[in-house]
Amino acid sequence: MEGPYNAYITRRQICGAGDGPLAGRTVAVKDNISTAGCETTCGSRILAGYIPPYDAHAVALVRASGAEINGKTNMDEFGMGTTTENSAFGPTLNPRGEGRVPGGSSGGSAAAVAGGLADLALGTDTGGSIRCPAAFCGIVGLKPTYGRVSRYGLVAYANSLETIGPMGRTVADVSALLRVIARPDPRDTTMRGRPYEHDPVREIEGRRIGVPAEFFGEGVDPRVATTVRAAIDRLASLGAEIVPVSMPSMRYALAAYYVTCTSEASSNLARYDGVRYGPGGQTARPWHDAFTDVRSAGFGPEVRRRIVLGTFALSAGYYGKYYGKAQAARAGVAADFARLFGEVDLLAGPTMPTVAFRLGELADPLSMYLADILTVPANLAGVPAISVPCGTVDGLPVGLQLMGRPFDDEGVVDVAAAYEGAAA
Amino acid sequence: MVDEGEVRRVAGLADIRIPDDELAAFTASFNRILEYFDILDTVGEGTVAEREIHTVLREDEPCPSLPREAILENAPAGEDGFVRAPRVM
Repeated sequence: MEGPYNAYITRRQICGAGDGPLAGRTVAVKDNISTAGCETTCGSRILAGYIPPYDAHAVALVRASGAEINGKTNMDEFGMGTTTENSAFGPTLNPRGEGRVPGGSSGGSAAAVAGGLADLALGTDTGGSIRCPAAFCGIVGLKPTYGRVSRYGLVAYANSLETIGPMGRTVADVSALLRVIARPDPRDTTMRGRPYEHDPVREIEGRRIGVPAEFFGEGVDPRVATTVRAAIDRLASLGAEIVPVSMPSMRYALAAYYVTCTSEASSNLARYDGVRYGPGGQTARPWHDAFTDVRSAGFGPEVRRRIVLGTFALSAGYYGKYYGKAQAARAGVAADFARLFGEVDLLAGPTMPTVAFRLGELADPLSMYLADILTVPANLAGVPAISVPCGTVDGLPVGLQLMGRPFDDEGVVDVAAAYEGAAA
Repeated sequence: MVDEGEVRRVAGLADIRIPDDELAAFTASFNRILEYFDILDTVGEGTVAEREIHTVLREDEPCPSLPREAILENAPAGEDGFVRAPRVM
């Protein structure tokens, strides 16, 4: 176990401090983001010993920002989980709650920041993997707009959903790290060339904030709901106009998300065959046997489950029922956001339906999936979303989630900063 | 509902082996998840909106790449500048 919370998989200086906007700050990097010369495992045995020959774009930018990168953080294997218990390197512990998970899948990054082991961290968010651990550990985490931060060097899990993003103890810190990493990169063809040059502005007078009823529905702990409603009342006291709205596509958003991400995973993870990296197989064996040996030993149970689910959802005879329907549902979610952003500037609700789970509490895979219901809509539509601490229930942190229009990461940051300033 | 044989067949397509002692539990959780996915049957046919993001292909011109040795350093087995793979025949 590396350190008090098992927050790191590799804890060592990857680059030293220099000059630049992040001079004097330490940054921890999630272990699915490539670091040249430093082992990058994705929390999986199947990448044991893999040393990337190149940096992710975001890592190269952090190196050039003057920050010290002080290690690679623990995560659910390939990002597949909501607790960081699905790591081949053991679970990460929540610095804010004895016996509690830090959330996932960027749980190591969140615990490093919350536990004071790093000032800032890079996480990745496919269905909530930055915002969930930010909420559970009482820090700030931003999932940027899809296409704002290059995915070059991010080990792929579900390309159409995932993004790299910043985590920190304050909104200003998160904004400063986003300024460093949100730079155009021709190597990611989904980049939109929209650099982020913003500093948080705490003025939100007249901002219209929608509150979808579905974000306070079944499965949301009433005490979490009360805490988040109080935070939204505070936004009103700062001059924002609060508008009750409805998002009917929430009914099928989670199913659309899990069909899409497992389908993409089944394709992306086909590359792990023990030929080019990771532990090798028996080259004297027939290739399907050799690949099956490597993959069955190297992937943990949740990764195997998602690969098989995705293979099933894409297979002949089932494609229309699962993948095809999921894409129609995804379009429905995007249409809901587009309609709502015609009426309001942002949407607000809880980040997670509950506070941090106990270690081992979510043993059933479906109950773990259900915990992602409030975070997946932003990924399905590609919109920016932040989690900012807004109080506690039983001493455990609760996160306020704010979602904005595509490429209005600036607006999301401003409202989060205004809330944070008023709550302090 | 899919049975254990179907689960094992699909897993085989992905080169994943499910041990005998895990198959029953794996199939049960698989079916619980598929049952949840049935909510997608209530989604109208609709048309899938075209996404604003388009794949951009660069010109097919040679450009610098990583050195061969740097790539091969991660390969578990290599020979004469190539990776060694299992036999296919």
